[in-house]
This record gives sequence, C-alpha cells and structure tokens, in this order.
Amino acid sequence: MSIRRPFTRGQRATIVNGMLAFVIVLVILQLWLLTATMNAYLGGDDSVIVPAAAASLACLLLNAGLLRYLYHIERTRQ
Amino acid sequence: MANEGHERLDVRIDSEGREGLTGTTPASIYRPLRDPEQVTLPPDGRPLDAQPAWRTDFPIDWPQDQYVERRDFMKFMVLTSLAFTVGQFWIAAKSWMRRGSSASSEVRLASTDDLAIGDARTFAFPTEHDPCILMRTADRTFVAYSQKCTHLSCAVIPQVADGVLRCPCHDGMFDMATGRPLAGPPRRPLAQIVLDVRDGQIFATGVEARTV
Repeated sequence: MSIRRPFTRGQRATIVNGMLAFVIVLVILQLWLLTATMNAYLGGDDSVIVPAAAASLACLLLNAGLLRYLYHIERTRQ
Repeated sequence: MANEGHERLDVRIDSEGREGLTGTTPASIYRPLRDPEQVTLPPDGRPLDAQPAWRTDFPIDWPQDQYVERRDFMKFMVLTSLAFTVGQFWIAAKSWMRRGSSASSEVRLASTDDLAIGDARTFAFPTEHDPCILMRTADRTFVAYSQKCTHLSCAVIPQVADGVLRCPCHDGMFDMATGRPLAGPPRRPLAQIVLDVRDGQIFATGVEARTV
C-alpha cells in the first residue's frame, strides 16, 4: 500500500510550473498549426487540414488532461 | 474497562489509519489543525478550508499568490488552446463547404482580337464576387489571375511594361508571367485562372490557388 500525502505548496508550485511550461509549448505548436493550415487553405491546399485539426485536438486533450490533474491535486490538498 | 469508548488501532504497518507509521500512533497526529503553509491567518481565524472561495483566489502570501497566478495563467492557456482547436475545425468546415461548391463552368472572356499586346481586362470568375484580370503579355500569351492581393485582398494593378502586378495598398509586387510574389508583404502567389484559347476565343475554365 502506497503512502499518499497531499503535496506541499512548494511541490505544487514546481508541478504547476512544469505543467505550465508544457502547456505553453503545446499552445505555441497549435498557433503554428493554425497559421500553417490557414496558409494552406487560402492557397487551395486542403490535404493538411484534417491532420492538422487532429493534431490540434490532441494538443487540446493533453492540455485539458494536465488541467484536470491540476484540479485533482487542488482537491487532494483540501 | 479503561479503553472502553476509544478507537482500537490495528498495529500492522500500513493498516488503515496508520499509513506507514510504526508504533501505535494514529496518523491523525501528523494532521495539523490548520494549514501550516497558511502564513497569514484570515481575519476570522478559521482554517483556510472554511473560508469563502474568493479568499483562496486572492491570497495575501507571496508564495501562495505566485502559485495562484501560475495556476490561473495555465487555465487561460488551456482556454487559448481550445480557441485554436475551434479555429482549426472552422477551417476544416470552410474547406468542406468550399469543396461542395467548387464546380465552376466554362466562361467566355473575350476574343483574342479584343486585346492588344500589353492590354488588360477585368472580369469576374467563378462568381460575381471574385474579381479577376486578363492580360495579353505577348502575341500568343494570355494570362489571368485573381485580382485580390494575397496579403489583404486589395485589387492588384497590372504594369505590363514592367512585367509586374502591383498592389497599391502595401506596395506588393507579383510577377506577371507566374503570379508569384516579388516584393512587399504578400507571401502567396495570386490565384491563377486556367484559360483555354480556341478558335480565337478565350475561355476561363477553372481557378488554381497556390501556396508557393
């Protein structure tokens, strides 16, 4: 049986900083995807639109999962 | 009995209520009455858990304040991520709608005798909201492009003597022979109108948008 203690504030700060860095990288990737897809769409190239939308959705799901984990550690603290 | 009414502890390690402790001390002894990280006490003296939500969202302590601002920034970034994803699906929906209405018919533009070398003529293709320009650059060479600049959709103006199409809004230049950008802010070529010249007549048969 593992011992589960709530994270201290210092640990939570480290976790949220790490998650924030990851989320920022993913959001920058999404911004690049959006501009590249818009350029392709305006240039008449439709082949990249669906893969780019799928990649953007995957980034969103990752971000949402990290946010959910943040809420989880907030709840276990109380 | 002296122990009557008291909770009897299971002395095995990791049993419920002991969580890895040795001896017979209950784990609750390490559970403080108030949050030890709560440096500043609320005015009513009650623990943080009993405080209203706004008080936890606007902490007084610097470390807690920094944690809360990073947490809220992360929430904002996830919201931004959602907005980008919505934008991607909006592009996908527009592309799907464009594919459904892409069938364009052949349209007669002019006869070859109507245009002298160096002349240009505007027309609308494939719909009346798509302005285009037809140019005769040599004896047997006709080219036609969408008149919308690929930067911000200003109308481009042909300068046949220089072999360029110029956008007056931001001084963008396009090569007349290929439609590719030469100078200024535009990065994509002008959409090319596919022409068919037969029996002395010029027909527009399609639009070819390009990325490079």
